[in-house]
Amino acid sequence: MARRSAESLPWSLFGAGGFMVAFFFPIHILLFGILIPLGLIAAPTHTGMLALVNHPLTRLYLFGFCALGLLHAAHRLRFTLSDMLRLKHLDTLLGVLAYGAALVGVAVTIDLLI
Amino acid sequence: MADKITLEVARYSPEQDGEPRFDRYEVPLIENWMVLDALNYIKDQLDGTVTFRWSCRMGICGSCGMVVNGHERLTCETLLADYLPGPIRVEPLRHFPVMRDLVVDLSDFMEKLERVKPWIIRQPGAPEPSREFIQTPEQLAEYKQYSLCINCVLCYSACPVYGLDPHFIGPAASALSLRYNLDSRDQGAEQRLDVMAQHDGVWDCTVIGECSVVCPKHVDPSLAIQEYKISATKAWFKNLLMPGGGK
Repeated sequence: MARRSAESLPWSLFGAGGFMVAFFFPIHILLFGILIPLGLIAAPTHTGMLALVNHPLTRLYLFGFCALGLLHAAHRLRFTLSDMLRLKHLDTLLGVLAYGAALVGVAVTIDLLI
Repeated sequence: MADKITLEVARYSPEQDGEPRFDRYEVPLIENWMVLDALNYIKDQLDGTVTFRWSCRMGICGSCGMVVNGHERLTCETLLADYLPGPIRVEPLRHFPVMRDLVVDLSDFMEKLERVKPWIIRQPGAPEPSREFIQTPEQLAEYKQYSLCINCVLCYSACPVYGLDPHFIGPAASALSLRYNLDSRDQGAEQRLDVMAQHDGVWDCTVIGECSVVCPKHVDPSLAIQEYKISATKAWFKNLLMPGGGK
């Protein structure tokens, strides 16, 4: 009997990232991309935003949002390239490139947040 | 309404023909005639060499699945009149080797179906029941949807992932495998997960969902595959946290 695949790990991160992005990304776009630029709600002050971003819970949220979002994107990119360009035989290489790039992004995220 | 309609039927004998061709046949357009009735008319009246599978004519045997104007259909429940003014193009199911004309070789599916153990498994040494198993309507409802699969393999034909990677275990086998996991009489979920959680199991599915769209029995194989991914992931993390334990 062949072993059970370790695909569970990237898939669960993909799922968690999909949830984060689908649920929270529209809120960010609505606030900072539409409502604030259009002047429909008052723009927060720089000091106010800085205080918010400096809060550990905000940083934890931003880390989860960015890291899981990147890993979600990597998984989707791996399968899109593999299926659309018929590169199934290069799946391991695509995985290394896609998840590797995402992990670099995660490292940059940590660097920015610490 | 027109009184005739044209069918373009895919013809292919792998031993003789270089590639498939389409033969055109004009058939009477009779109210309530299905595409299968037209094919039988062709075989009986026009060209006895046209080859296709069929049996029950009532959407339950699952043998008359074909691609009609680009869509997977059971031809016994596909009205000719829905395709007016024609022509209607009838092709064999995709992703399977063609044996002749509209007949495909289902060996690959049969092997996969057997691999997922679609039967009730009792643990070895489990005491023989002294009477029949009692099952409540609620317990039946748990798996009933998946039990409606008739192995017509329209879902394999519609699945682009199976087309790209024939190792993928595929929709119907996944649905039928889950059907037994959800059965209150069954104790074989772990054995089936061993098959489904392998690299060639459910992981290739990218949730395109065409399997569930084309299913003539309204089974949702796409959901079954996602359920399996969740089960496999739970088991994987459990094994990571408690190696070899928790069983």
